[in-house]
Amino acid sequence: MAKRTGKTVVLSSKPKIIGNAAVVGKKEGEGPLGNYFDEVHEDTTMGEDCWEKSESELLKRAVNLALRKSAITADEVDTIYSGDLLNQCIGSAFGLRDSNMPFCGLYGACSTMALSLIQASLAIETGGFNCCVAATSSHFCSAEKQFRYPLEYGGQRTPTAQWTVTGAGAAVLQKSDSPLSPYIAQVHIGTIQDFGIIDSTNMGAAMAPAARKTIRDFLTDTATRPEDYDLILTGDLGSVGSELLKELLMREDNIDISSRHNDCGLMIFDLEKQDVHAGGSGCGCSASVLCSHILNSMRNGEYKNILFVATGALMSPVSSREGESIPGIAHLVNIRTGE
Amino acid sequence: MSISNEEYGYMTKRASPKSPVLLDSFKAFIVGGIICAIAEGLNQWLLFYGLGEKPSRTIAMIVIIVITALLTAIGIFDNIAKHAGAGTMVPISGFANSMVSPALEFKAEGHILGTAAQMFSIAGPVVVFGCSAATIYGLIIYFFGLY
Repeated sequence: MAKRTGKTVVLSSKPKIIGNAAVVGKKEGEGPLGNYFDEVHEDTTMGEDCWEKSESELLKRAVNLALRKSAITADEVDTIYSGDLLNQCIGSAFGLRDSNMPFCGLYGACSTMALSLIQASLAIETGGFNCCVAATSSHFCSAEKQFRYPLEYGGQRTPTAQWTVTGAGAAVLQKSDSPLSPYIAQVHIGTIQDFGIIDSTNMGAAMAPAARKTIRDFLTDTATRPEDYDLILTGDLGSVGSELLKELLMREDNIDISSRHNDCGLMIFDLEKQDVHAGGSGCGCSASVLCSHILNSMRNGEYKNILFVATGALMSPVSSREGESIPGIAHLVNIRTGE
Repeated sequence: MSISNEEYGYMTKRASPKSPVLLDSFKAFIVGGIICAIAEGLNQWLLFYGLGEKPSRTIAMIVIIVITALLTAIGIFDNIAKHAGAGTMVPISGFANSMVSPALEFKAEGHILGTAAQMFSIAGPVVVFGCSAATIYGLIIYFFGLY
């Protein structure tokens, strides 16, 4: 049975990630991680007539691919946990409407990959579920349309702005004896933090305090140090948010994560060459990086014990127009290999 | 955390790179100047060929609007505007782009509720405040006359 210390839950069932897949768009394919993704689509419309359908198609492909790689059929899946950035989570709902799997829609903004992994692993921990899927997606064009300006609008992006990743990631979790598969050892649901940032073009700054709290709380709960982990991977803090996170942890808690920290938003693009300003963002950012390069590196033995801390900005275009500040959230998943 | 929102705001400001204002202004000046020079050149050319002052100006504006709409539709305008900023936004090209881009973007949501309804989503406030300012100005002239 799961054991809880502080806000951290230790999973005794050790749900294993038996398969994972990441499907991305052209720009992501041209980035430093381009070779690690399962599919790179030159045509980011995915052959659809609107961007929302394109995003759904990305998600559908990532989920189907992850199932195929796990040798699992849709009938064997007890529940799929999935969410995205679009209003009412239509990216997931429409992408999975023909999937014939029990579906649970989640909203965690860009933290959705960690949130869906947590929900899926907790479901397995109950003993009532055998196999669950965690998935999420984002699409640059559908996100721009909903949160910012039309694609062809001639505006300028600020240096702190981030680029929404066109991509989807999916992971299949199951109780298994496979020794090579990474497993979810501990999960930690984050607490909302809001330090009054209202600039919606500086999401990294809005989310950094939440990442700091989650990491600090987790290290305290488990009585561990950053050096005990091979990698502390944040979701999409970008260059500004990553700097702030390290500064906050140093100043407030005297914790130095600089030797272990990396950020999916910094890894997925070449910031200078690809003109993405402060880095990548979106649900698909942490999902596609985790479900390709990171989990595969764990299978190869390169990483044995990592903290995946996906960050989200829980705002909407309405709350921004109403002058509200941006609440941040960060959920943590401790993924390990071996015993 | 022990730090206040103000302190965090200050930390954020320090960590955030600033827009290169001088370079941006220079680029805006050059591109905006070129657009205006093209329009004025056209205006002078039409005047030279005997068109009246009003029709020449109108035709010059229409030409800039049509060129902007075309560049927006083929996906070039935003790449120029990314560098030019206010240089493309302030002349009438900015207004044309702000109507064509949502019209294209929301086509998938239908001609009425998509294209037509969203067409003014960016330009709408400009029209509202433009008309309001014109009305106030008109009233002032009506009551006090021009000096």
